Amino acid sequence: MKKWLNPRSAFGIALISVALVALPFVAAMGGQAWVRILDFAILYVFLALGLNIVVGFAGLLDLGYIAFYAVGAYAWALLASPHFGIHWPIWAILPIGAGLACIAGVLLGSPTLKLRGDYLAIVTLGFGEIVRIFMNNLNAPINVTNGPQGITLIDPVMIGGFKFSGNTTLFGLTLSGPQKYYFLLVALAILVIIINLRLQNSRIGRAWQAIREDEIAAKAVGINTRNIKLLAFAMGASFGGIAGGVFAAMQGFVSPESFSLMESIMILAMVVLGGMGHIPGVILGAVLLSVLPEALRYGVGPAQTALFGKQLVDPESLRMLVFGLALVLVMRFKPAGLWPSPERKRELAEKKA
Amino acid sequence: MLEVTGLHVAYGGIQAVRSITFHVNEGEMVALIGANGAGKTSTLKAISRVIDAVGGDVHFCGEKISKIAPHHIIRKGIALVPEGRGVFPRLTVAENLAMGAFLRHDKAEIALDQEKIYGYFPRLKERAAQLAGTLSGGEQQMLAIGRALMSRPKMLLLDEPSMGLAPIMVQKIFEVIRIVAAEGMTTLLIEQNAKLALESSQRGYVMESGEITLTGESASLLNDPKVRAAYLGE
Repeated sequence: MKKWLNPRSAFGIALISVALVALPFVAAMGGQAWVRILDFAILYVFLALGLNIVVGFAGLLDLGYIAFYAVGAYAWALLASPHFGIHWPIWAILPIGAGLACIAGVLLGSPTLKLRGDYLAIVTLGFGEIVRIFMNNLNAPINVTNGPQGITLIDPVMIGGFKFSGNTTLFGLTLSGPQKYYFLLVALAILVIIINLRLQNSRIGRAWQAIREDEIAAKAVGINTRNIKLLAFAMGASFGGIAGGVFAAMQGFVSPESFSLMESIMILAMVVLGGMGHIPGVILGAVLLSVLPEALRYGVGPAQTALFGKQLVDPESLRMLVFGLALVLVMRFKPAGLWPSPERKRELAEKKA
Repeated sequence: MLEVTGLHVAYGGIQAVRSITFHVNEGEMVALIGANGAGKTSTLKAISRVIDAVGGDVHFCGEKISKIAPHHIIRKGIALVPEGRGVFPRLTVAENLAMGAFLRHDKAEIALDQEKIYGYFPRLKERAAQLAGTLSGGEQQMLAIGRALMSRPKMLLLDEPSMGLAPIMVQKIFEVIRIVAAEGMTTLLIEQNAKLALESSQRGYVMESGEITLTGESASLLNDPKVRAAYLGE
């Protein structure tokens, strides 16, 4: 922590804080859609850091992470919407969502304890899909999730009397809904970053590292690999659950469609592309991968018109093409991720030498 | 100190270890030698609880340890140096050593032990900040032994410390193994290199297809015509 206190770091932190505060107002100049894109970028930072615990720290390749996001989102949706007529406050629902996701994490984690690598990936992928299909079909015989139609009219986040949707005027400054959510998400993201940083240098963090490196050796030095692995699943899942809850409240609507395998893969790509196990890298990966496709959505169409005078390729497919190409290029030239941890970088450098 | 009675290990239908019985006394170095596939590593894995034995008992200091969880073995005072070294490749040498003391909280003593290990293996000190995965095989073996010693064990289980190493490295590593044993460490050494193992130990057991076929003082085993013919290439 001492590093934080030197003037250069303090200046950096001040600069970042100013930028974080100014960002939603700058983005709003381009329209509220951009603020929403920012919101999602931060939400993905949150999710990616949660997954980073499982994949980056403990080295457990989890392809079903979105399931925990879904559990959190549905927990919020069911406990704060007209669907069941329940409207509980955030203080109750968010912990319940996190708790349910945590339980789901342990439940899904425990059968996979002996699996590694590819096998673990396939099983977790299956679990992720099972959860989604459950949400899709749990509308009969008792209508729990309202099936593919999803749940609508979900309550927004309310803290005290302060509502996070709609416009509010504070000190002569009008804040839109997405702008308010932005600040809530940034606060949550800072919390998860601090937790991640603390975990990394803790005994638990070192135990995760050991398991990632060599499980037999980890047992031999006295690490209870079963509990420590389950802890990784549980913590990662809890963060997913919290993110899911905020997502449901922000959107006002959830349906199983939002929790497809593609989402799991996107979040994993954020972790891997940014730099597995390296917190700043993961944040960078999450921001880039969530903003880039949206930026391309707005950029690709007009760029074509400017270059060729007409639309040659449908912007929607072109943007994914460009996106895919960017991923391939990063993996080709930056195999450890865009911003890998110093150890990882050194390892690759030593291998080359 | 370590009593193994009727230990039986099987992988599916394949009998790897057939009901073997042996013991290691306190302060003694015992060698378990035998050819590839004789069941030596399976024996060690069963003692350290990495795998489950089908039958038999293991007692350590009078306490039954054949049913406890694998991560509790080290709490009892048994440190395993796994086959193929098993260092943590993406941690530095110093971090690997620190990991060996995972269960200990006495910081000052841990630092002392670390210096002691650097004394045994000066090479590790030179490379303290290097990633373990980039060390040579011999250095990794040194690190694995060092890490095991960091837990201050009562007993050391060594699984083929000479495997795949250059002769000069084997010499260096065995020098330290002998020093540690001379300082009173109870050691069970598993080796294919029968000559080296018998020269370093007080007593030996010879394993063949999952059974112990010969036992005795290491010096006399070294002169045993059967051992000489089968394992010493004469």
